[in-house]
Amino acid sequence: MAARRPYVRPMDGWWRRDRFFLKYMARELTAFFVVAYALVLLAGVIRLSQGRGAFEGWLDGLRSGWSVALHLVLLAVFLFHTYSWFSIMPKTMPPLVVSGHRVPAWAITAAGLACAGVASIALFLAFAGRPR
Amino acid sequence: MHARSNKVSSTPETRTIAVEVLRYQPGDATTPYVERFDVPFTDDMSVLQGLQHIKDRLDGSLTFRWSCRMAICGSCGMMIDGVPRLACHTFLRDFWPGPLRVEALAHFPIERDLVVDASDFIDKLPRIKPWLEPGVPLRVRAGEHLQTPAQLARYESFSHCINCLLCYAACPQYGLDNSFLGPGLTALLHRYNSDSRDAARAERMELVDSEEGVWGCTAVGYCSEVCPKHVDPANAVNQNKTASALSWLVRLLPGRA
Repeated sequence: MAARRPYVRPMDGWWRRDRFFLKYMARELTAFFVVAYALVLLAGVIRLSQGRGAFEGWLDGLRSGWSVALHLVLLAVFLFHTYSWFSIMPKTMPPLVVSGHRVPAWAITAAGLACAGVASIALFLAFAGRPR
Repeated sequence: MHARSNKVSSTPETRTIAVEVLRYQPGDATTPYVERFDVPFTDDMSVLQGLQHIKDRLDGSLTFRWSCRMAICGSCGMMIDGVPRLACHTFLRDFWPGPLRVEALAHFPIERDLVVDASDFIDKLPRIKPWLEPGVPLRVRAGEHLQTPAQLARYESFSHCINCLLCYAACPQYGLDNSFLGPGLTALLHRYNSDSRDAARAERMELVDSEEGVWGCTAVGYCSEVCPKHVDPANAVNQNKTASALSWLVRLLPGRA
């Protein structure tokens, strides 16, 4: 019998090996965009603390073409972030039993997406009518 | 419609598919290489039967593990077109016209051809105490240790694991650092921790909370997708993250040792 010589395969580029891993990496990448938008909002809070003029300068900055483009990109990334977040949610929680039956994974995901949608629309409607 | 039903009752149609096998013969070569075999198959043939055809008719040196042929022994796990699957539970027809790529399970060292060295898993297995520890001595005279259907439901799905290792081949965190306990063993650990007849949860939680425990998981979630028994190991791991975080918080409370 030949001597044992187990061969260990390299892990280089593992995330390109499978579509599922690509989706996972995309989900993780969206976290950086969430941080980016948090920094935009944080800048607004700091400008607010510096007085009316500073805050209005920040608001004017948000209306620039570059800012609108950035917000469109952020919106697209946030939509994927929300979808990926609620897709994995059923795997991260204990079984949910309602009147003796386990709530299926798709229902948990759908409920999460519905809540996010309703909250977003409610927030938008609450502020959409305000004068600029 | 009528012609088709006639066809089913007659000799099934034979087609041919190219099967590319990642081979590794430690005595002859230092690295794995791809070898291509043309395999005739009928619609009812599994990938495992294709490999058996190669071994019987084309090259007797091809090495792979198998036993039950019915997705319960967990021996024939391998990468089939890059996805961890049981070879007996996968039909050749789904890959026609091919070629179809077959490789040993990812994230384990290749012992020979399609056989992996699973000793890391086997060595870790006793550490999760995969048995019931009642806590108090039980006497046979006392009769059965009864459970309600609700108590059974808490762990039943996690008891369906067949140790086929597909979830490990789906876990990049295990592939990058195999000190991680991994999806399958955490699911099995959770199965015993969730059993009303067991009293060893505290000991098992030490492993859950440790560096090798659940925090090595980044919720990729592919383990649960590839599981042939729908065990949902990702759920077991992430439920234990919650448990681990809670016990850490409780330890922070003042007045506790």
